[in-house]
Amino acid sequence: MAVKSLINAAGRRIPPSVNGRQVIPFKGVGKHRPDGRKYSPPIPSCIDYPDDGKKVTDSLGEALKKCGLSDGMTISTHHHLRDGDLISNRIFELASEMGIRDLVWFPSASFPCNDTLIRYLEDGTINRIEGSMNGPLGKFVSEGRMKGTAVLRSHGGRVQAIQDGEVRIDIAVLVAPSADPFGNAKGTGGPSSCGVIGYSKADYMFATKVIVVTDNLVDFPCYPMEIEGNYVDYVVVVDKIGVPEKIVSGTTEITKSPDRLLIAELTARFLEKSGILHDGVTIQAGAGGTSLAIAVFVSEILRKNAWKSKFGFGGSTRYMVKMLEDGLMGHILDAQVFDLDAVRSVTDNPKHIPYPVFNAYNFHSKGNLTSMIDIMLLGATEVDLNFNGNVVTHSDGYLLHGIGGWQNCLHARNVILPLPLFRDRIPVIVDEVTTLCGPGELIDVIVTERGIAINPLRKDLIKSVKGSGLPLVTIRELKEEAESICGKPDKPQFSDRVVAAVKWVDGTVIDVVRQLKIY
Amino acid sequence: MIYTASADMENMIAVTGNSGPKVRSDCEIILRIKDKGGISIDLNSKVKTLYGSSITSQCTEVLKFFGIQSAELSVNDSGALPFVISARLEAAVKKLTDAPKEFLPAMSKSNLSESVRDRFRFTRLYLPGNTPGLMINAGLHSADGIILDLEDSVAPEKKDEARYLVRNALRQINFYKAERMVRINQGQRGLEDLDFVIPHHVNLIVIPKCDSPDDVKKVDSRIKELARKNGIKKYVFLMPVLESALGVENAFEIAKSSVNIAGMAIGLEDFTSDLGVQRTAEGTESFFARSRLVLACKAAGIQPIDSVFSDVNDTEGLRKAALASRAMGFEGMGCIHPRQIQVIREGFSPTQKEIDRALEIVEAYRLARERGLGVVALGSKMIDPPVVNRAIKSIELAKVLGLLPESNKQH
Repeated sequence: MAVKSLINAAGRRIPPSVNGRQVIPFKGVGKHRPDGRKYSPPIPSCIDYPDDGKKVTDSLGEALKKCGLSDGMTISTHHHLRDGDLISNRIFELASEMGIRDLVWFPSASFPCNDTLIRYLEDGTINRIEGSMNGPLGKFVSEGRMKGTAVLRSHGGRVQAIQDGEVRIDIAVLVAPSADPFGNAKGTGGPSSCGVIGYSKADYMFATKVIVVTDNLVDFPCYPMEIEGNYVDYVVVVDKIGVPEKIVSGTTEITKSPDRLLIAELTARFLEKSGILHDGVTIQAGAGGTSLAIAVFVSEILRKNAWKSKFGFGGSTRYMVKMLEDGLMGHILDAQVFDLDAVRSVTDNPKHIPYPVFNAYNFHSKGNLTSMIDIMLLGATEVDLNFNGNVVTHSDGYLLHGIGGWQNCLHARNVILPLPLFRDRIPVIVDEVTTLCGPGELIDVIVTERGIAINPLRKDLIKSVKGSGLPLVTIRELKEEAESICGKPDKPQFSDRVVAAVKWVDGTVIDVVRQLKIY
Repeated sequence: MIYTASADMENMIAVTGNSGPKVRSDCEIILRIKDKGGISIDLNSKVKTLYGSSITSQCTEVLKFFGIQSAELSVNDSGALPFVISARLEAAVKKLTDAPKEFLPAMSKSNLSESVRDRFRFTRLYLPGNTPGLMINAGLHSADGIILDLEDSVAPEKKDEARYLVRNALRQINFYKAERMVRINQGQRGLEDLDFVIPHHVNLIVIPKCDSPDDVKKVDSRIKELARKNGIKKYVFLMPVLESALGVENAFEIAKSSVNIAGMAIGLEDFTSDLGVQRTAEGTESFFARSRLVLACKAAGIQPIDSVFSDVNDTEGLRKAALASRAMGFEGMGCIHPRQIQVIREGFSPTQKEIDRALEIVEAYRLARERGLGVVALGSKMIDPPVVNRAIKSIELAKVLGLLPESNKQH
């Protein structure tokens, strides 16, 4: 089918509409402002809810029926139980049994446990997923087997889409490690404690119907109320919402790879020599092995200088918790926690504060946490000569990761990507990214085991490390070195069919992923 | 010469390389040469989209180079770099034919550097000779030397194919400033190993399990022969390793058995096994042997090198071992993991206190000379020429290691 294409401000070819809705092409960073008023859900009245506050319903199936589950609805879930989630798949199993069709699943992230949903994508229960895609789900979509078009959004972009009405959630099914009969709920307590459930905030505030599912019903009031019961329609109690050992890893570990450690050490040296690391610094790093190693090196530098980080933004791990407990960090703000030490800390330590993405990443907030952060450490599958970054596809064209908070985090003051120059034989620094997820103007520094490339736009940073003895190179030199080692790779071949749209943080379409040609 | 398969050969399959879920940057080659039908290649690779056509054409090129017109080839690839693929395929071809030619990847300019006899050899990183994944970034970890090992870290049935891999690694991997060393096997196999490395700019040959000067002399003369044949003028240094009671008894004779010997090492796993005792952390059982090796080396004017520390996770133990080793007179240790490099280097480097003291001594000596004093004193201590010489050596060392503060650069 010949569809007219548009070229957006990043020079990427995109279709005029996705899933029957007209798209707004990416206009450039900070160029798009939606107008009008925020979307709002229908007005409820308390007289329609039980006077005794008891909203417990027999089963999830019953609750879904009472919510009026029907064809074409949008169902949202959060991902705080990660790979241990037992409920998100169950929703579609029940929907399939009821003969419901063409649902849209709108998760805050998907995990390998959700691979079984392929069955419901194939039988027509689910039309499409608007959320992260990896592993077999990513393969399914990349090969053009999903009926609708996937829409990939950042964590903040998801909140933006909910708030400006681009996505209207019919039913939010929110798992909660503890909940009371009224629907107040939190991320701690019970057998499936995950620490915080902050990703559910926009969902319960803006969904038409809200179901809270728990395996730990507590007496009213469940406190602190991460989910407020007066937004909740039904509470469902099940035997198990999750598999504890898959919810949080017992331990998060520093990388043991000598090559990754080298990258971490170089990154820390860069932070120190450039002066980005200073007393009162604000930091965000992920839970990857390299990031954790950087956190340890950074701790040493802080200690050596008797400096203290003002706050760190999670997802936190035991390494950030240790910084807090050693007095090297003032506060941890957290939208999610990654290990048991972090769960303990967020439960017990008043300086470890749950902080929903609603407040951290959201484009429609009156100000944003990420732009207040000095040091942002991020990953990528590819970075190109213009410093553009890709996090959703691999160089072979397959969808493999969600965006997560990655795009939102690009708005920090110094965005640093510690990356290997190549993974196995696959160069990470390339001529042009397979899929554009983040414009190069927001990506400042690439640290590889074979040298550090600073974005030429950051003249201040280039100046700050002049004569520092750090191995500074241009991004082109990195690319050429990768190719001299690995050989120049071929490119994957795509058909014209769009299988996924990649949204920018403001709701515009920055790029699309096309169906792979399979030989 | 064109190879076509004889009836026997049709039934022979050569398998080289490695595959499996944990294998990275390597490939497995399964080759059968046929008498007709052309070349068919079955490629199974996680980088097929990006490098499938490049791998296929590379394999075809290698087979044609060896005159093979018809063959069935399976490649199970886990992201092997081109020099690995050609090493694996060449090894397979050599298992099935007696082709004398070698398929050599380009010689990287970065690896043409020469070495010098008295360079530092504090840290030498062992790299198993049949594991390409560990070699590719090895040069980045700033060891003084890397040792591509053809001996004990390679399974006996893989020793032939490791030669091609090590040869290609010497030609293709940038090892940056590290001295490029190869540990050959014992005896005849070791002499044959030399054919695969001497023409390819290796800097130093580690000779394992030396019991007598003769073990060194055989290697030395084979190297000379190969150097003459290949027109190589660069020095190839030698490092014998003593790993038996007999070797230790012959330490001095071995140490001066060739002018090309730059250092001599001790291998304690084999040594303690030869003695029939356990190797302990304290090393009481090997103290005499190690001391003897140090004396022999110093007497012969070469570097004494200590054994490896085998617990990679015990950083504190390693730090202590390196300090103790330096105190005994050793000038370096082997590393079995990149994480050990920095710890060992620190252990063998002069401490700030030592450097400061050395600077004071040299300064006191200079002042005394200026004033025409015959006797030099620093505080309550007499300073005589050997003390001054040692101080000068420490300062030299600190300078090379970049440990001298800027203000003292004039020394």
